[in-house]
Parts: sequence; C-alpha cells; structure tokens
Amino acid sequence: MPSWPADTKYISHSTQRIDAVPKVTGRARYSSDIQAEGWLYGMILRSKWPAAKITKIDLQNALKTPGIKAAITVREGERIVRFYGEELAAVAGATKEACLDALRAIVVEATPLPFVVHETQARKEESPRVWPDAANASAGRARESGDVDQAFGECAVVIEGLYTTPVQLHHPMETHGNTASWGEEGVTAWSSTQGISSVRDGLAGALQMEHSQVRVITEYMGGGFGSKFGAGVEGVLAARLAREAKAPVRLMLTRFDEGLAVGNRPSSFQKIKLGAKADGTLHAFQMDNYGTAGIGGGGSSEGGSGSVDIPAPYIYQVPNTRVQHTAVAVNAGAARAFRAPGNPPASFGMESAMDDLAVKLGMDPLELRIKNDPNPVRQREYKEGSERFGWKQKYQKPGASAGPVKTGVGCASASWGGGGSGYTQGEAQINPDGTIEVRLGVQDLGTGTRTVIAVVAAEILGLRPDQITVKIGDTRYPPGPGSGGSTTCASVSPTVFDVCKRALEELQKQSGIADARGDNWFAACKKLGANPLLVHGKWQEGLSSSGAGGVQFAEVSVDTETGLVTVNKIVAAHDCGLIINQNTLESQINGGIIMGLGYALYEERVMDRLSGVLLNPNFETYKLPGLADVPEIQLVLLNMPERGVIGIGEPATIPTAAAIANAVANAIGVRVAGLPITPAKVLAALGKVPPSTSPPA
Amino acid sequence: MKDANSDSFGVQSRRTFFKSVGTAAVTAAAASAQSVAAELEKVNAEKVIGPGPVPVALNVNGAVLKLQIEPRVTLLDALRNYSSLTGAKEGCDRAACGACTVLLDDVPIYSCQKLAIEAQGHAITTVEGLAKDGELSNVQKAFVENDALMCGYCTPGFIMSLTGLLKKNPHPTADEVRHACAGNLCRCGTQPHILQAALQCAGAAVASKTEVLHA
Repeated sequence: MPSWPADTKYISHSTQRIDAVPKVTGRARYSSDIQAEGWLYGMILRSKWPAAKITKIDLQNALKTPGIKAAITVREGERIVRFYGEELAAVAGATKEACLDALRAIVVEATPLPFVVHETQARKEESPRVWPDAANASAGRARESGDVDQAFGECAVVIEGLYTTPVQLHHPMETHGNTASWGEEGVTAWSSTQGISSVRDGLAGALQMEHSQVRVITEYMGGGFGSKFGAGVEGVLAARLAREAKAPVRLMLTRFDEGLAVGNRPSSFQKIKLGAKADGTLHAFQMDNYGTAGIGGGGSSEGGSGSVDIPAPYIYQVPNTRVQHTAVAVNAGAARAFRAPGNPPASFGMESAMDDLAVKLGMDPLELRIKNDPNPVRQREYKEGSERFGWKQKYQKPGASAGPVKTGVGCASASWGGGGSGYTQGEAQINPDGTIEVRLGVQDLGTGTRTVIAVVAAEILGLRPDQITVKIGDTRYPPGPGSGGSTTCASVSPTVFDVCKRALEELQKQSGIADARGDNWFAACKKLGANPLLVHGKWQEGLSSSGAGGVQFAEVSVDTETGLVTVNKIVAAHDCGLIINQNTLESQINGGIIMGLGYALYEERVMDRLSGVLLNPNFETYKLPGLADVPEIQLVLLNMPERGVIGIGEPATIPTAAAIANAVANAIGVRVAGLPITPAKVLAALGKVPPSTSPPA
Repeated sequence: MKDANSDSFGVQSRRTFFKSVGTAAVTAAAASAQSVAAELEKVNAEKVIGPGPVPVALNVNGAVLKLQIEPRVTLLDALRNYSSLTGAKEGCDRAACGACTVLLDDVPIYSCQKLAIEAQGHAITTVEGLAKDGELSNVQKAFVENDALMCGYCTPGFIMSLTGLLKKNPHPTADEVRHACAGNLCRCGTQPHILQAALQCAGAAVASKTEVLHA
C-alpha cells in the first residue's frame, strides 16, 4: 500500500495558487472570453409562458435581421413548454446587438396552459398538473425503524415543528455557456463546466457524433457549485448554431437566464416530531417532508441529481424513526446538484429541532449534541470549536440578552461522504531540459485543483511547485472525474502521486541516477538524451478516504426593532484529512460558510403564483452576501494525515445556516422556522408584524 | 463622478433637450406633442449618431483603441467583444455584480452601464493595465499572496474597486474597504481574503486566526 511522505516541504503547507497571476492580471481566458477566429455571438429565446402549447415558431424575420447568420428552433414541430424560461429558439450573429434585434423578431404562436408554481398549491389534487399523466405530488416509500408511535409515548419531552427551506439558485459569477467551433475533426467546445468529460459525452449524444469527434476545453471557468455538469440545452444550441452558421459561436447565458433553467436547490417543508428521554437521549423521530425540484422529480433534470430527499435524522442516531419524502412537481426550472445536495436543508431542519428540544428539556444545546452525536471526530470538533468560540461564556438562555439588539449563539454540524474516484488517470512528460508537464483531464472550478496537482508533484519529485507545468481542462488529457461531491482533491492527489512515483522510478532507471529528485533532477533529465519521458499513472487505493465532519458555531446580533440579523462571528472546526494546501483549503471553507450565510439570511427563488414568472432573476432582488455581510471567521483545521486526502468543499457549507438560525432563535427567544431569516420573518416571530401569507398554505 | 464629455457626438445636446422638455412639461404642461416632435427633429438634424456603427476611439491602458461600433454598445462589450481585453467580466450586465468594474479617470465604474461612446476622452484602466513591465501592482500582489480569489471571475472587478479606493485613500479602514467593495459580488466566498489583501495594501494587515490541530 502506498503512503504519503511524513516529512513534507509543500504538502500540508501553503503554496500560492499557481494560476493566481493569470487571474489577477486578466490574462486567464474563461470560456466566456474565448474569441475564436470569426466568432459570432449567440443568444437564446425563452418561453414567456410558464406552461403553453407552442404551435409555431417563425424565424424568417430573425434570419433577415442584419448581421444574423443562423436561427434555429430547439425542437421541430409542436411542443409543450412547462416553465417560464424554457428554451425555444436561438440565434447567432455578428454582434450582441444584432442578436437582441433578432430575438425580438421571432414570432411565437402559443396557447397558454394552466400552471402552478408553488409546491404548497401544486400538491393539492385540484391543482393543474405539470405532467398530464402523473399527479404533481409523488410520495416516496416511508423509511421506518423501531416502533415510532410507541416510542413517542415513552419520551419525556416531545417537540414538533415545520422547518422550511426555499429554492436556492446557484448563480456562479460566470454564467453557463460555451464557445463552439467546428473543424475537420469535429466540434470543439470551450465550456464553462465542472465536467469536461460529461459535456463531451452529452454533446456527442445530442449531435449524434462519436466521442472522439468532440473536444471540450475548460481552461478557466467561473464557478459551478453543482450546476455545470452537463452539456445543457445551451451547449447543444451553441454547437448547432456554429454548424449552421459555419463559424464559431459564443453563447453565454444572461444573468436572467441563469435563474431560470440551469438548476437550483430543491425546497423543503420538513414537518418534524422529535422526542427524547429526560436525560436528553434521543428516542423517537418522525419526518414528513415535501419539496420541489421544479418540473422534474429531480432525476430527469439535465446535469445533476437534484432529488428532494434529504438525510434524516441527519447526523444523529435515533432508535425509532419514520421518514417520508414527497417530491412535488411545479412549473419551474428543474433542480440540479447543488453543493452538498440534500444536506444544508437536512442540517437546518434537524439542528433546529435539536435546539427546540434542548429548550424544552432545559438543556444546553451543545450538551444535547455531545450526548447524541455518535461520531468521534465531531466530538473532538465540539470540544475544540466551542473552546475557541467561548461557548460556555457566551451561551445564555433563549431571549436572555438585554436591550433591543439581542445577541445569541448557535451550533450545528455536518457530515459528508466524498472520497476519490478510482478511474482518475494522469500522465507526466519529463523533458530532457528538466521541464515537466503533468496532465489530467480534470478541471479547476476555483477550488485550487491546479495548485493541488503542482504541490503533490513537487513534493514527490523534490521540485518546487512553480517548476511543474500543470495541464488540465481538456478531454485530450487522460480521463478524470467531474468536479463534484468534494471528490476532486481525493481523486487527483493519489493519481498525481502515482504518476510522479512511476515517472521518478523510470527517470532513475533510464538515467542511472539513484535519486533523481531535487538537486539531481536536471542531471537526470539530461541523460534522457533526445527523447522526453512520458509516464502514465492512475488513482491508487490507500492515499485518500471518505467521510468528513464539521461543526460550526455562530454568534449573531438581532435588532428586534428592525428585524435585521447580523452575523458577528463564525468558528468552524473541520476535519481535513491530510491537508494538501492550506491556503486554498481555507478559501474553500470560507466560501462554504459564506454561501451558507446567504442561504440562512438572503437567498430565495421567488415565483409569482399569478403569472408563473420568476420574480427575482437578478442580483438586485436575489441577494448574495457582500463583503460587509461577512463576519469574522475563525477556522480550526484538524489535520489527520493518517486518513489520507478527503474533501472539504461541501461539508464546509452544510451547517452554517442551521448554526445561524439557532443563534437567531437563541437571541430572540422564538424560532424563525423558515429560511431565509428575513427581517419580516424576525418581526413576525416577535409578534410585531403579521406573518406573511406567501407562499399560500 | 463627472459626466462624460460627449458633446462631440451630439448625445449631450439631445439629453439636455429632453431635460428641458421634461422641466417645461412639469412647470407649464404646455409642450404639445407636435412641438416636441418638431423640436426633436431639429435637434436630431444637427447631429445624429447611429443607429449604425460609428467610429469610436477609446483611451484604454494608455493606448488608443479605435473601433467601429454601434452607439448602443456598452464600454464593457466594446472591450470584451471588439477588442481582446476580456479582463473585465460580464456577470449581470446591469450594475449589480461589479465584475465589469474598470477605472474611468481613476474612478471605479460599472463598464456595463457606460456606453463606449460616452467613455471617449477619458482615461480607461482595465485589469490588464495594472501590471507595469510584468510587475504586478500592489493590489494584485496582495490578492496573490492572500489567496483572495478562487474561480477568479469576480477578481478583476474587486481589484479595480480597491485600486480606485487606494488611489483616493491609501490607508483605508476595514469599513472603508467594505464600503468600496459594496458593489462587487463574489459567489465563491473570497471576501475574507479580499479584506485581508486590502488591509495588507493599507499597511494594516491582521494575522490569520486559523489554527491547525494535529492528532
């Protein structure tokens, strides 16, 4: 079994992100920056109806628009559209302005159909059906263990609550899109994707081409968070337009488009009943949850899973449990995988219930967690995290804080699987002049994958990370997995380890130099003569593992006169396995926390039930956390080299919203049971304003 | 921010005209549609640009960029779609995300909200214009050193906002940094490191509180 070196120069230290300079100078070319020779601009016409029968799409006037080189429909003939924003047609032209003109010139004939956009309405029998042959609400089979009904009778304390989470939008800063260009060998797509291989396969399938005729390149991309795995309708349209126009086409979605059709996190309406013995031991749990993944149950959405199911009772073991999930179809864009699918809502529901139970038990909620969480790593995180946070000093009974601006503290935990992908492969080319190129068919979403590759290669070869040329983001390189599930680091690191070990061995054999690392490197390479050394390697068992936990603590201030919540501080304790590169690791955790903060306080897709239209597709109305909203963040990193490499991107975002929600409840003494915790909801919980009636019950 | 000097294109005179019509309408409610049309025709006859492409000369990063573009093309699109300067990014195209921020005479602006023709006669600086002879600017260096970027798509915008701030105020407080970046969004969550980088430039860097615990 291979093992990581114990004494390291780069692994577990901090190396500057190796692509930071191209990114800070504007030299980095993102998919949206590609300017292929003679490129055209592409744009999509979308349905303005939430449900309609499309009888005719007339492109003639669009084709006559000056500058327009191609106009196509998504499908031939009559069709049904099922959500506002569904793709109808696309145009390509010499300028963006020409495309805007052409979109306005397309004539669409349609018969509007009944629709429903709210899951609370859609689940009712009398609501319009999203799919004619199936009820909107489809209940999964209930999962049951023990005797739940009897067990609740045995509990000293039982709480019940309805905990809800909204549909959240991914909103990567770079929208979805591609530049597609055709040549002798087929089509090349510069794609803003987190899965170059899955985009290649998707494009090949949609265009009825061989995989070998499709090349996908992703040198730089502007974020994905789970929404960018597939070729997407927009990717196929870019390729079709380019073929039709006989010129490269850059088709990036607008920010408005981004809110409509390229994924979201499903909502949840978690009716939870939780009971414990007098000493706080959890004894019975029941959850009836429904949520919407848009037009699909989730499975059919392009590019991700997006199921409404959430793990329950999440990180806790309760001997008697009953769990049922119901997916509710609505006329809105389908869900996709979104950073830790299922987990942030699960954490919010269960951890809120835990705090409500603690209040009723008269227990410190941290003590209740320590009593019921079976995971030894998290037990350590409760201890280390709470000490640094000052939980004992800060925790007061709910609502005990004096004055109109009340402070409160909360805690919540995360669990994640992760682990490496066994089929990851890579290669290294060592040139006689001592330069080395390491190539893997993976992509860097901004997580620091390039830097991880350089750090591992440098460590094994005794070189500096800046001496390693890292080549990724091209389907011509050895195949690698999509970047999802916090698996990339654990896939890539063992692969680079193997590639470099083999390369070193081969170099030593060919050069006759016993140890070709470090100072001997150039002499050894020189002995290769005229021929570079090309060595292939693959992922190896024993260098990575799955399973990650995390515990976060939040301190908030709540202005009880305005309802405004301010997060003052987050302490996050996460187990990191073998830390590969500390500064990019810290960035990942910060990023997870801040995304969780947005989920807690600001983010919600708002559909208009009368028009079926998305009301907040842009950043003035779909609020993301800004620099001024970001609290002091203190990280406690558990370096556990014995576990090998694990992932962090997802566990870091899971517990933040729940910790903040618990802190708010602790501050004001009442629970705001629905995310996002807006000032209106805080004031309603305090009885100062009537509760909102939307969404309708 | 001062108004763009665009007299030479007639834009200013049309705007002024509309303003005066608006005022007249409010005060006297007398301007009939006919007289407005006549007046408009007169003004348009003086100097009309577009709707077809017109010559535009932009002073970007100290060099003159000569383009033939429609008057409705924004500064952002002029840079990204008509030149190779793709450093400024399009994140929303409507003044909400700040990824397109550039300096106009040292003042940060959303380049998606400025027509290219209006930007003529001003010194425009994009992220590509900050490094001199391959030497990164202080803000760029601080971003690299503090890992103040992840996917990097919002990074040029933040760098331009902070460059503008530091030109005006070389020693900003943390709150001044927060204020200067209020118009910039980042989805990866790089804000803590951006703040750290900005404070480093201001000479007020704070030590990281991160702790690594071993078994």
